[in-house]
Amino acid sequence: MRNKVAIISLLAVGFLLASAPMSAHHGNAGYDFTATVTVKGTVTDWIWSNPHCFLKFDAKDEKGDVAHWIVEASNPPDMLHAGWSASTFKAGDEVTVDVMPTKNGKHVGRIRRVILSDGKVLGGGGRYVL
Amino acid sequence: MVNCRMFSTIGLFAVVVSVLVVSPVPPTLHSQSAVPKQSGDSQNGNNGDWWVSHDKWNTPLPDKSVYKDKKPAPAPPRDLSGTWDGLAEGGTQAKGPKEFPDDASHKPDPPYSALGKAARMRNKAGEGEEQVAVGDVNDPVDSCDPLGFPRSDLFSLKAMAIAQTPNYVLWLNQYYNVYRTIWTDGRELPKNPVPRYYGYSVGHWEDDYTFVVETVGTDERTWLDNVGRPHSSDLRVVERLHRPSRDILELTVTIDDPKMYTKPWVASNKLTLHLLPADFDMGEMICSPSEMSEYKKLVADPVAGDSK
Repeated sequence: MRNKVAIISLLAVGFLLASAPMSAHHGNAGYDFTATVTVKGTVTDWIWSNPHCFLKFDAKDEKGDVAHWIVEASNPPDMLHAGWSASTFKAGDEVTVDVMPTKNGKHVGRIRRVILSDGKVLGGGGRYVL
Repeated sequence: MVNCRMFSTIGLFAVVVSVLVVSPVPPTLHSQSAVPKQSGDSQNGNNGDWWVSHDKWNTPLPDKSVYKDKKPAPAPPRDLSGTWDGLAEGGTQAKGPKEFPDDASHKPDPPYSALGKAARMRNKAGEGEEQVAVGDVNDPVDSCDPLGFPRSDLFSLKAMAIAQTPNYVLWLNQYYNVYRTIWTDGRELPKNPVPRYYGYSVGHWEDDYTFVVETVGTDERTWLDNVGRPHSSDLRVVERLHRPSRDILELTVTIDDPKMYTKPWVASNKLTLHLLPADFDMGEMICSPSEMSEYKKLVADPVAGDSK
């Protein structure tokens, strides 16, 4: 009986150790706070979701290839406070995005602000604006 | 004993609960291609009409300028009920509680004991001066574990609602969908309770405009604030809610945890909350594990990863 309990306990511990913890979202360290990169592109999707809303758009990179960007804003109530909504963007919209870039140079970042094709300027929801 | 005020507070309670409970369930990560024009694009308090023309659903918290010209009115006695805005006067507290931030101002730390300091170093936050790389953050909220109390006072105190019944006060936070029951039926705090994420609270009126809440039995797995200050289950929190006028609530939060801190300290000193319109609808900010997982995959992991 004791051996069975020991085996089951070892298996349980092993399972717990093996399960990867969900990595953090609350973190600034991957971003370059002082930098801004301006990217023009076409919206492919606008995800209105917790913990952060994010905008997907395609832009031509330096080589003329299509770069798929994902840039994040804050959570829906924060974005409503900033004047955004679930219907602010739709696929096909032309946008210019001021991005707080990552240190690793990937096509992800935080939205500092977005300029819509009609010239309207949307601030990025508080904490990420320079 | 039945009277009009009891009906109106129960009515408010029912409205608040039904709005929170009956909200439609959205699809996970809905993307917006053909959604009709929604709230949020309308004014955020940049003109005097916000009090009349704000959105009735998912009401955005306004720009704080809407409170500037509000004429003071007397507070109703022994009544905290309503929906309140903590954002306007700094309730976000991303870098720690207002009185003890962990930011570039380099204000003093809370009075850690040796145990408290060690516990603080084990909590690896993504915010504040001690912030660590994203992959090293161990904030329980990042796995959608409960925010807990008193972090629900000391972080993300934005829209909140209070409803009063004869036996308890109900406290609801928009962010992280928190509710707390504060018993006013005269019961004593439990001795040696099994810890709970939001603890055990009793409250009483110190005078007609000051409500005092005592809380014990909080679960030590929660962080005290957003930058990883610790607490034990021995923590005792005293909140004072003072209503000097109809539209203002002042929240003072005192932390008393002899295991983690050498003396009590005031984390929040008369943080001002502004009364919101009675029809203000608190939109959801809920930590959903599946949404968090999708966000991690699409955004957080690429941000944290090595260069391509």
